[in-house]
Amino acid sequence: MKAAGKAVAGDAASLSTSTDTLLKVNDVCLYFRASNGVVRAVDHVSFGLARGRSLTILGESGCGKTSLARAILRLLPRNVETYSGRIFLDGIDLMRLDDESFRRDVRWVKISMVSQAAMNSLNPVLKVGYQVAEPLLIDNRRSKEEAFERAREVFRIVGVPLPFMERYAFELSGGMRQRTIIAMALVANPLLVILDEPTSALDVLTQANIMNALKRIKHELHLNFILITHDIATSSELADEVLCMYAGQLVEHSKAERFYREPLHPYARKLMAAVPTLRVDRKPEFITGVPPSLLNPPEGCRFADRCSRRFERCQEEPPFFDHEDAKVKCWLYE
Amino acid sequence: MSDARQVANHTLLSVKDLRTWFELKRWGFLHAGFVRAVDGVSFQVKLGEAVTVVGESGSGKTTLIRTILGLARPTGGEISFDGRRIEGQRPQDLAWLRCDVGFVQQDPYGALAPFMTVDRILKEPLAVNKVDENEHEERIQAVLGEVRLVPIEDFLNKFPHMLSGGQQQRLVIARAMILRPKLIVADEPVSMLDASVRVEILELMRKIQQAHNLSVIYITHDLSSVRYFSERVFIMYAAKIVEKTDVKQVVQNPLHPYTQALLNAIPDPEPENAGRFRDIPPGEPPSLISPPAGCRFHPRCPRIIKGLCDRDEPPEFEPTPDHFVECWLYK
Repeated sequence: MKAAGKAVAGDAASLSTSTDTLLKVNDVCLYFRASNGVVRAVDHVSFGLARGRSLTILGESGCGKTSLARAILRLLPRNVETYSGRIFLDGIDLMRLDDESFRRDVRWVKISMVSQAAMNSLNPVLKVGYQVAEPLLIDNRRSKEEAFERAREVFRIVGVPLPFMERYAFELSGGMRQRTIIAMALVANPLLVILDEPTSALDVLTQANIMNALKRIKHELHLNFILITHDIATSSELADEVLCMYAGQLVEHSKAERFYREPLHPYARKLMAAVPTLRVDRKPEFITGVPPSLLNPPEGCRFADRCSRRFERCQEEPPFFDHEDAKVKCWLYE
Repeated sequence: MSDARQVANHTLLSVKDLRTWFELKRWGFLHAGFVRAVDGVSFQVKLGEAVTVVGESGSGKTTLIRTILGLARPTGGEISFDGRRIEGQRPQDLAWLRCDVGFVQQDPYGALAPFMTVDRILKEPLAVNKVDENEHEERIQAVLGEVRLVPIEDFLNKFPHMLSGGQQQRLVIARAMILRPKLIVADEPVSMLDASVRVEILELMRKIQQAHNLSVIYITHDLSSVRYFSERVFIMYAAKIVEKTDVKQVVQNPLHPYTQALLNAIPDPEPENAGRFRDIPPGEPPSLISPPAGCRFHPRCPRIIKGLCDRDEPPEFEPTPDHFVECWLYK
């Protein structure tokens, strides 16, 4: 299985020149059945992520960011119409695994996730210390003592005082609950942690504290993060690379240094211009129009309707072009 | 427009030492203390001025707004709107206030009745306040044109769920505008919207404000998104306004240590952010049931003066003109 994975994965090369690729997503589609047609939430997305790098997925709500995360973790709802493509993590072909071995060997063991507003999903009747240790106790992965020892370790890493392990969720503040959830994601020592809007429900100061903690974890544990957010300013805190999504498709994959300075795709440019800045005196702009429906996305480039730089070529769907060290789905870079 | 700026010396809303406390009960009848959601707040808003109230959740900013709107009963202090007192009035005597103050809610979808069409949503306040029926059509046309829900005919028969988030928020603004208020109060008007739409909505509100010479009070926790759309900023921490100044001053020269921490915590989108840590005071805001003695920020403050900040509550100082701060560092 490993050999097969390597051969196919060559197509979706990561930005980094390093061949040590942790995650490869190759032509993944995730379509949902809805009452009025098929929603193409994730439409032919490919990217690669090198070991030790962190990735930010940016885009407006409804652009398919969360669906992409769910596709990677195989957390699929019942109304899935199409789920295709290939995903390799550490050389394992995730799509080929049966549900049981995926659950036992991959989910939470190799990839874990902090989902949106997860701090409200703690079990109210169990002590938080037990809830953090629980992934290790399932399937007898570790003994009870080992599991709690490891839970104490991750509580220390995320900065929650140890006596809090004996408390219930309602006795913790929002920031502490969110840290507990992050501890839960770290407890099984995964290779990849997907953070879906980890701080959007929190206050500005708490948010900055949590981002500090995540940065420290990233440097100390050399974890790979995938951060999904629509808050562009906060996303820059954790990003080595940026994926920008629009209407179910990936439109740009750049290094952070480039993306936050001078993104390539016209949509990414407009998105960056819409971010209000505190220190630089620049009045933010907005993007006119609305994103297309994912039920019947337009032919050609999906951003063409709102794009100020469109030309005839845009009626055809652009492929990905390599521009210096970035990949961009736009005819301007042909 | 220039005329509008000139009359701006007229004080529209004046709040003096306002306190809104909620009583806690044990077993339904025993007194168990107060939640001091707003505790000694004073400010004035002039006609034609946009003001931002910045604070974390639980700092009392929403309660402050609800008190001004007459939706929560103040425990003490004075509020006067256009020279008329609000506090102590019976709700049925405040009908005039609800005509003069428009409210833009945080979650547009939650604020719009799902079973009403756009037309009915906009007619409701007109009917309740007994506006002449011949005027209805004209007002609805005017207000929908203003928030740019055009062509108007396409929208009149739609239900809220058929509109996008940005359009829903425009409709909420239209509804707040339809009684031609003097003041618009907006509770985090853009926090539920996408980055690309936020600026559009704020710009729209700014245009409406300037065209009608309205006063606007924004509540937000995100200072960077409103700094281009308001004149003055009030920073709120633990039920008190700790700093009051104009928008430029607060960014360039923040005085209160809490304001400084808040500005430190807000990132600009820069790739360098990934490599550095932010200097943030640890801890959480205090409980409003038993707030700490002295300055409420002192347990987290990096510049605490021992023996003063933890004992005496700081009064309001004015170190530079029109820049007010409640902090002992500036005595």
